[in-house]
Formats: sequence, C-alpha cells, structure tokens
Amino acid sequence: MRIPARPTGTTGEGRFELSDVGVSFGGVVALSEVSLEVAPRQVLGVIGPNGAGKTTLFNVACGFVTPDRGTIRWRGVTLRRLRPHQLAGLGIARTLQAMGLFDRMSVLDNVMVGADRHAATGFGSALLALPRSARDERRLRDRAMAVLDELGAASYAGRLPPSLPYAMRKRVSLARALVSNPDLLLLDEPASGLSQGEMAEFGSVLRGLTERMAVLLVEHHMDLVLSVCDEIAVLDFGRLIARGAPDDVRSDPAVLAAYLGVEVREGAASPGGREDNSARSA
Amino acid sequence: MARSVLLRHLGLAVLGLVVVVLVLESTSAFRNAQFATMAYLGIAAGGLTVLTGLNGQLSLGHGALMAIGAYTTALLLQDQQLPLVAVLLVASAVTTLIGAVIGVAAARLHGPYIAGATLALAVAVPGVALYFNDQLGGEQGLNVFVPDVPGWFADAVYFLSAQDVSGSKYVAYVGWLSLIVTFVLLANLSRSRVGRTWRAVRDDEVAAEIAGIPLGRARVLAFVVSAACAGLGGAVMALTVRITAPSGFTLTLSLSLLTAVVLGGLGSLTGALLGAALLTFLPQLVTSLGLDVGLSDLQSAQLAPLVYGLTLALVILLAPAGIVGSVRARWRRQQERATHDYDLPTTTAPPSPARTPGDEPGGDK
Ligand SMILES: Nc1ncnc2c1ncn2[C@@H]1O[C@H](COP(=O)(O)OP(=O)(O)OP(=O)(O)O)[C@@H](O)[C@H]1O
Ligand SMILES: [Mg+2]
Repeated sequence: MRIPARPTGTTGEGRFELSDVGVSFGGVVALSEVSLEVAPRQVLGVIGPNGAGKTTLFNVACGFVTPDRGTIRWRGVTLRRLRPHQLAGLGIARTLQAMGLFDRMSVLDNVMVGADRHAATGFGSALLALPRSARDERRLRDRAMAVLDELGAASYAGRLPPSLPYAMRKRVSLARALVSNPDLLLLDEPASGLSQGEMAEFGSVLRGLTERMAVLLVEHHMDLVLSVCDEIAVLDFGRLIARGAPDDVRSDPAVLAAYLGVEVREGAASPGGREDNSARSA
Repeated sequence: MARSVLLRHLGLAVLGLVVVVLVLESTSAFRNAQFATMAYLGIAAGGLTVLTGLNGQLSLGHGALMAIGAYTTALLLQDQQLPLVAVLLVASAVTTLIGAVIGVAAARLHGPYIAGATLALAVAVPGVALYFNDQLGGEQGLNVFVPDVPGWFADAVYFLSAQDVSGSKYVAYVGWLSLIVTFVLLANLSRSRVGRTWRAVRDDEVAAEIAGIPLGRARVLAFVVSAACAGLGGAVMALTVRITAPSGFTLTLSLSLLTAVVLGGLGSLTGALLGAALLTFLPQLVTSLGLDVGLSDLQSAQLAPLVYGLTLALVILLAPAGIVGSVRARWRRQQERATHDYDLPTTTAPPSPARTPGDEPGGDK
C-alpha cells in the first residue's frame, strides 16, 4: 500500500485517475461512468448543481465511499480498499465541505494534527516525554506555524476555532490540509460563504498553491473556478456531461442547458450557489 | 509554553511528592487510610478522564477494570513471592490486556453502544468472582496480604519525621507514589501528539481520519491506557481495603469514578484529583456536619448522598465544563480579550453551514 514519495518512470506518473466510477445509494445514482484524471500541478475544477455527485466523487477518492464499480489510480498504482486515514500518507489531502475543525483544540493544534503524517516518534517516547519527542513536536509546530503564517492566520494560532471569523476558519481548515505537504489537494467548496474580497484573496492563495501540487476543486463560484482552473469537468445527475478548458466548457451547449445557462452570466459571481442551482429545475 | 514538557511535569511531580510527605506525616493513621482511598480513586479517575475527556469515549465499566487489578493483586500477594512494585505492574498489565480486548470491541461501537458494552462489563465482572468461587473467594472475596514495610522505607520515613510507619501509612505512600508516576505519564501523553490525536478523534472523527489518524487504533490506545490506570487503581484499592470482594466493585464504583471526572472537569488530571478528593472526603464531612447540627447517625449518613447529588447537579448547571474546566475557560477568555481586542472580525461572519449528514462523508456518525 505504501507508495514511494517520488515514483520514477511509471506511466501515469504523478497522476490521479478515476476511471469508470459508479456509485449508487439505494436507488439514487450518485455517480455513473465517471472518468477523470488530474495531472501533476494541474487544477481541475469540478462543477455541477446541488446533488450532482461532487462530494460523492471526493468521498470515493478518499475511501469514505467504496464505488460499486470503477478504479482509482494514484501515481500509476491502483488503490484498492483505500481507507481514509491512508490518504495523508499517500500525499493526498482534502478539506471538508463543512470544515470539520477540532473545536476544542487551538488553531495551532488543529493544524498540527494535519502535520501528524510527518511525525517521527511514537507512543513510547510520548509517554516518557523523551527529548526526541519534544524535538519532533517542535518540528511539527514550526511546520504548522509556517503554513498558518503563509495563509495569514498565524496571529490566531492560540485561539479556539469557534472564536474565529468565518473566513479565517476556512483558512485554518486549508492550513490543516496543506501542512501535510500533499501532492494532490481536494478542495470541497473552499469559497462558500466568503465575501467578494475574501474570495479574491483566496483565489490568489490558490494560484500560489498550484505551483506545488495538483488541485481538484469543487466550487459553485464560477468566476473563481474560471479564473483558477486549467480544466473544468461538469457533473450533472452523477454523469460527466462536459470536460475541457474553461472557455470551451463555458460555451458547451450541454453545460449551458444543464447548469450555466440559467443563472451564471459571464463572470457573475453567485454568492449563494445553492439558490442558483435550484433555479435550473424551474 | 514550558521549554520542556518533561521538566515541567517532573517539577510538578517533585512538588507533589513534597506535599504528600508533609500531609501523610502530619495526619493520623485514619486520615492516611483516607488519603490512600483518594489515591486509588485518583489513579482510576485520571485514566478515565483521559478516555472520556480527551478521547470522548464513555466507560461505565471502569469499576470492573479496577476489580481485575484488585483480584490480580490479591492473588499475587497470596504467596508473597513478588516484590510489591512487580505486583502493581502485573496487576496493571493484566488489566491492560483485558482492557485491550474490550477496547477493540468498544472502538467498533458508537456513543450509547460503548456505554452499553462497558455497562455489561460492570455487571458481569463481579459475577465472575462468584462463579470461580474456589479461586476468587465468592461472595466473601479474598483477603489481601499487604507486604511488610521494607526496612529502607521505614528508615527513610523515620529520617524525615522521626515516626514509625504504620501499615496504612505505607499503603498511602505506595498509593500516592503510584498516582504521581501515573499522572506524570498521563500528562506527558496528553501534551504529546498522542493526546492531540485523541482530542482530534473526539472533536471530529471524519476530519481526524482525513488527517491520517486511524480512528480505531486511536480509540483502542486510549482505552488501553485508561485500563492500565484502572488496573493500577484497583491494585492500590486492594492494598487499602485489604479485601477484594464483589460488593466492592459494583456499578456504583464505576459511576462514582465518572462523577469524579465530571465534577473535576473532563480531560483534566487536576480535575480528576479534585473529584477523587470530593469522593473521598465529602461524605464524611457531610456526615459529621449532620451530627454536629444534631441529626441522628442514620440521618447524617443519609445526608451524604443528598449533598453529593446536589453538588453534582450544581456543578453541571453552573460549571458544565467541571470545576477545573470552568476556571480554565474563564482564564482563556480573559487572555483572548487581552491579546486580541485589535483584530476582531470586521465583516460579520455568516453562520457556518449546518452540518447535515449528506455534507459529510461517512454520514453514519
Ligand atoms: N451517504 C449517502 N447516502 C445516501 N445518499 C447519498 C449519500 N451521499 C450522497 N448521497 C446522494 O447522492 C447524490 C449526490 O450527492 P453529493 O453530496 O455528492 O452532491 P454534491 O454535488 O456534493 O452537492 P452539493 O453541491 O449540495 O454539495 C445526492 O442525491 C445525495 O442525496
Ligand atoms: Mg457537496
């Protein structure tokens, strides 16, 4: 299961590939025949109306949902019986749609949990508080602080998440994902609930990240998606209905019919993606 | 933040040891026995507060785990072969093993089911003693042969206070030394990445799992650590009470431990100690107060549970985070007010989206 950090010479090197994935919950087909791949340092946007299967796609990628069919390959190796806790070790990080911060732990501790993958010492040295455990902690703390600093959240390090402004909480959850130093980052609606200004800031943070890692971005805000993504995939009722460069997708008739045409005009940000989407059924 | 966690905890341990010596040397044999009681309750409550407070697992079976430690101790002391330290370690180890089995089962369960499983444990274990009547003494239980006070120990105490060591004083020392060692180790864990992992699992298991924490392993580890403490607590209890019988390990013991932990403040070792002190001294205090104001023996004795329940209700109402937890929360708020007045949010944050199962992977939380 362990995969070398830098595989060499394999085909599909550094790629994340989902092929022919199908998931259904009882009678609901959440995903059907979905194939996607993300190349190193590529930003792939996944858009689609509410209930299109975007979060389910992430859940499949993370091992929370076992697909009925299809395969997941990462760096040329098929991931079978993937468990969510193995992801971080594989160099994949994810943020949750509802953030999932640890509310009774300081912001710094929240982020340090994300860095746990890089811890080198175990239970014994923790129990006895051996110097190497202390060194390890210091290393993780520095790492976490560096990421918080990078995201402009360092001054909140000692606080509890519920006492933070909403946008800052979102950054903490991003910091927790980034601190593991992933090669692939899955972001589930990272900009929901942000103001225009905050979203612009977030966009530039995101563009900075793409030099280091591949990003799979689920987002309702079209102007953000259009401005940061190299490629966009459109899901509707669990099916991939279009995929291509932002400009192509924007003018794709199927997409316009299913999703974009109704509400989103050129560059118009939709502050509440949810309301917009309900319009399509009207 | 202290430069070294270990130095800080060792410093506190030395301080604690000094206090223990001062207290035990200046109080009567009767009080010494009470302090021994506080020690064994404190050890078990310390383990329970780690399990419940840090990792969010509820156990109604810690009294039963103490029974395992206590019976092991009684059996081992019957043939007087092992040194006492070894007896304590083996008692704790045996309980740890059984705790591991229970922990594996509990880790697969959620909330009320863990409570149910550990409740079953609490009910079943005394029955085991009855079933193995010949080996475990049935209803009567086993007598515990407390080893003689070692010469060097008697000398040391005589050197400190020019007093002889009574049996109960010896046991009180053994209990408090065990408690101090246990608390140093628990505090180390709590401040380490292990403790952080436990808290993360407690606060949000999905997020913890994504961050790379294997949930099951984290839960089992917390249960095992907690069981080790319960076993050691049970061992000290055996020495203190000098008899191990099923009637000493009823559900009441498990519930008392939980009460102590809730009163003190979940997750706080200081709180666990405070809870153990209340558990030990409050009933007596109330009873003697009752006698002072002219109540009959019976009435005074009945007053204790009443006051106890009232205290619990008051703490839960007024300080739901427990005594230590509430003090800490207030302190934290003051700190934040002092340091962060300047960067209050300028935009009002939208309410965080309500958590619906569909939003979260593994929606069967
Ligand atoms: N655990 C589950 N059990 C049953 N049905 C589910 C489960 N998870 C998702 N679904 C269903 O699968 C479909 C896809 O849901 P999903 O959460 O993936 O949508 P989404 O594209 O992320 O929507 P949103 O934009 O609202 O976040 C929906 O019909 C949803 O009700
Ligand atoms: Mg979703």
